[in-house]
Amino acid sequence: MPLPLFPEHLNFPAHNASANDSSITKQIFFSTNVIRSLLRVVVSARTYADFTPQATFDIKKCDLHKLEEGPPLQAMLSREEGLQYYRTMQTMRRMELKADQLYKQKIIRGFCHLYDGQEACAVGIEAGINLSDHLITAYRAHAYTLTRGGTVREIMAELTGRRGGIAKGKGGSMHMYTKNFYGGNGIVGAQVPLGAGVALACKYLGKNELCVCLYGDGAANQGQIFETYNMASLWKLPCIFICENNKYGMGTSVERAAASTDYYKRGDFIPGLRVDGMDILCVREATKFAAEHCRSGKGPILMELQTYRYHGHSMSDPGVSYRTREEIQEVRSKSDPISMLKDRMLSNNMASVEELKEIDVEVRKEIEDAAQFATTDPEPPLDDLCNHIFYNNPPMEVRGTNPWTKLKSVS
Amino acid sequence: MTVTVRDALNQAMDEELERDERVFLLGEEVAQYDGAYKVSRGLWKKYGDKRIIDTPITEMGFAGIAVGAAMAGLRPICEFMTFNFSMQAIDQVINSAAKTYYMSAGLQSVPIVFRGPNGASAGVAAQHSQCFAAWYGHCPGLKVVSPWSAEDARGLLKSAIRDDNPVVFLENELMYGVPFEMSEEVQSKDFLIPIGKAKIERQGNHITLVSHSRMVSLCLDAAAVLAKEGIECEVINMRTIRPLDAEAIETSIMKTNHLVTVEGGWPQFGIGAEILAWIMEGPAFNYLDAPAVRVTGVDIPMPYAKILEDNSIPQIKDIIFSVKKTLNV
Repeated sequence: MPLPLFPEHLNFPAHNASANDSSITKQIFFSTNVIRSLLRVVVSARTYADFTPQATFDIKKCDLHKLEEGPPLQAMLSREEGLQYYRTMQTMRRMELKADQLYKQKIIRGFCHLYDGQEACAVGIEAGINLSDHLITAYRAHAYTLTRGGTVREIMAELTGRRGGIAKGKGGSMHMYTKNFYGGNGIVGAQVPLGAGVALACKYLGKNELCVCLYGDGAANQGQIFETYNMASLWKLPCIFICENNKYGMGTSVERAAASTDYYKRGDFIPGLRVDGMDILCVREATKFAAEHCRSGKGPILMELQTYRYHGHSMSDPGVSYRTREEIQEVRSKSDPISMLKDRMLSNNMASVEELKEIDVEVRKEIEDAAQFATTDPEPPLDDLCNHIFYNNPPMEVRGTNPWTKLKSVS
Repeated sequence: MTVTVRDALNQAMDEELERDERVFLLGEEVAQYDGAYKVSRGLWKKYGDKRIIDTPITEMGFAGIAVGAAMAGLRPICEFMTFNFSMQAIDQVINSAAKTYYMSAGLQSVPIVFRGPNGASAGVAAQHSQCFAAWYGHCPGLKVVSPWSAEDARGLLKSAIRDDNPVVFLENELMYGVPFEMSEEVQSKDFLIPIGKAKIERQGNHITLVSHSRMVSLCLDAAAVLAKEGIECEVINMRTIRPLDAEAIETSIMKTNHLVTVEGGWPQFGIGAEILAWIMEGPAFNYLDAPAVRVTGVDIPMPYAKILEDNSIPQIKDIIFSVKKTLNV
C-alpha cells in the first residue's frame, strides 16, 4: 500500500473540534506508545502521534421531562474510546449479520431477534455504567450479552444450540446470562419488574450499584411496567428504565400502538429524557447523567432511546410489510451509528481509514472463528437433559416420556 | 405446648429473618397491618421498613420485583394475600422464577418463596376459593409445599426459606387458627422438615388415605369414625405436592391394598389424578385389590350460600362413603 508523503491532517487543528489543553502531553504520551507499538504498525507510515488523541463533539440536546437540566451538550471522545466503541459496534453488527446467515441456513432455529442498527444503544449504555452495575433486557439481547462480558463464540454457540453456548445450549437466543446480566427475557415486559427487583437488591445491599432495565416501544404499554414505575418511584430504587424505541413493536408502528408515543414521559412522576439512540456519544452522556441521578439516591429515571432496527422483528419477519424499504435505506445512509462514529473519527483525524479497515478485518475473522466453533461444537449431551432444574439440590430422578424411563438430574 | 398454625408461620419467619439478613418479606398489608390474616404480626415492628415491605395492589409488579431481587442475591418471601391473586403474577412465578435456573444452565438461581393462603375458605365465593396445588404442581423448576399442622408450617417454611430454589408455599386460611401440640424438638431454631417427604399421621392396615393441607384433618376425623367399625385407615399427610413422595404412598398401598386420595381442589387434572396415575405406573399397582379413587371438591365454581358451599367440598361422610365403597363393605 502506498505511503502518503504529506499526510494532509498533520499539525492542522482538527475539524469541528476544540483543541484539548493537555493535547501536548497526550501527544508525548502517544509518542512513547508509538515506540511500543511500532512493531504492531502494519500499513501506515503515519505514527499514532499524528492522530488527535481526544476531541469534543456537539451532541443533540435531549428532550426533558420533569428535569431542570439534562446531559451536557458536548461529549469528549478519546481516540482509544473511539476505536473501542467502533470495534465493539462492528463486532455486534457482524455477529448479528452472521446470525442472519446461519438462520437462513437453518443452523439457528426458533426465535432470532437481531439488533443491527441499534448498536449505539448497547455500547453507549455500557460506556456510561460499570460492569459492577446490573442490566436486564428483553429478547433482542445478543448485543447486551456481549457488552456484559459474553464472548462472540459462546453467544453464537448458544444460538446454534451447542454445548459450548453461554447457557450450554439450553437457553437459546432469548436466554443468555452473564454476571450482573439477567438476560435475555422472552415474555414482553416481564423483565421490567425483574430489573426493579435487581435495583431493590442493589439498594438493600448498599453497594452503590444500579440496574439498567430495558424494554421496547411495544412493551412500553404493558401494565406491569406502570406497576414497576410506581414501586420504583415510591421506594426510590436505583433503576434506569430505558425504552429502546425502534418505532415498531413487531409489525405495529408506535402510532398504532400507543396513545402517547412520548415514551420518555410515560413514567409520569419519573423524570425522563429522550435521547438520540443512533449517536453513541449521546447515549453515553445520557446514561452517565442517568446513573448519577440514581446513585445520588434520587430514585429511578427513564430514558427513551430513539433508534432503529434494520432487520424485521425477528428472522421470520422480512420487515417490509409494515414499513418501506426507502425508510430503512434512509436510516442506513443518514443515521447509521457505526458510520457516524467512523465519520467523526476520520474527519477529526482520530483514526485512519486503514486502521479502521484493519479492525474490520479482525472483527470479520473473530466472527468467522466464532461461527466455525458454533457450527462444529457438538450439541449438548443427552444426559444433560434433566440437569439444572434445582440449584444446590441432591441428585434426583426425573420422569422421562414413559413410566419406564427414569432420567437423572443433578444441580 | 400448643401453637396455632398462624403462630408457627410467624415464628418461622421471625427466626429466618433473624438468621439471614438477606431474607425479607413483601406483599400487601404485611407490614403496618400486621398481615391480612395476621401471619406477619409484629414483624414490621421488629425489623422495620427495609425488611418488611408493604406493596401496592400490583401482584404482577411486586412478584416480578421479588424474583429480580432473588436473582440479585436476596432471599425474598413474596406473600400473595391469597393464591387466587397469584394468577395476576403467574407469569413471573413460572417463566421468571421456575424456569430460569434451567434456561441459564445453572448460571442464575432464584431463591424465593411465594406464600399465602390457598384453596377454599368460608363464604368467600368463587373468585376467592380456588386451589392452585395442581396448577403449580404441574411445573418443573418449582417446589410446591402444602403444610397441614403447626409443625408442618414451621418446619416446611423454614426449609422453603433456606431452599435455594423457587418454592410455592400453600397455606390454608381455615387452618391458621387451629392449635397443635408442638414438642420441644420442633420448637428449636433449626428444626427443618425436608421438602419432598410425606408423613404418616396415622397408621392403619386396611386402606390408605392420602391428603394434603386441611383435608388431612378430615381424613383423621373420618379414620376415627371408621375405626369404631373396625376399619383402620392409614392417613398420609403429603406435606409436599412437588416433588411428590410417591414412594411413601406406594409403601403404604403395598400394606393396605387400597387407596383413596382426598383433596379440596377440583377433580380434573388434579392432585388425586396425578397420584392415581403414579400408582398405575408403579410397583404398587399389583397390590391394589380395588381401583384407587379420588375424593375431591365438586367440579363447579365455589358458590356462596352455606348449604351450597358445604356441599362443594369433601365432607367427612364423603370420605367414609368412598372408603367403604372401595373396601366393598
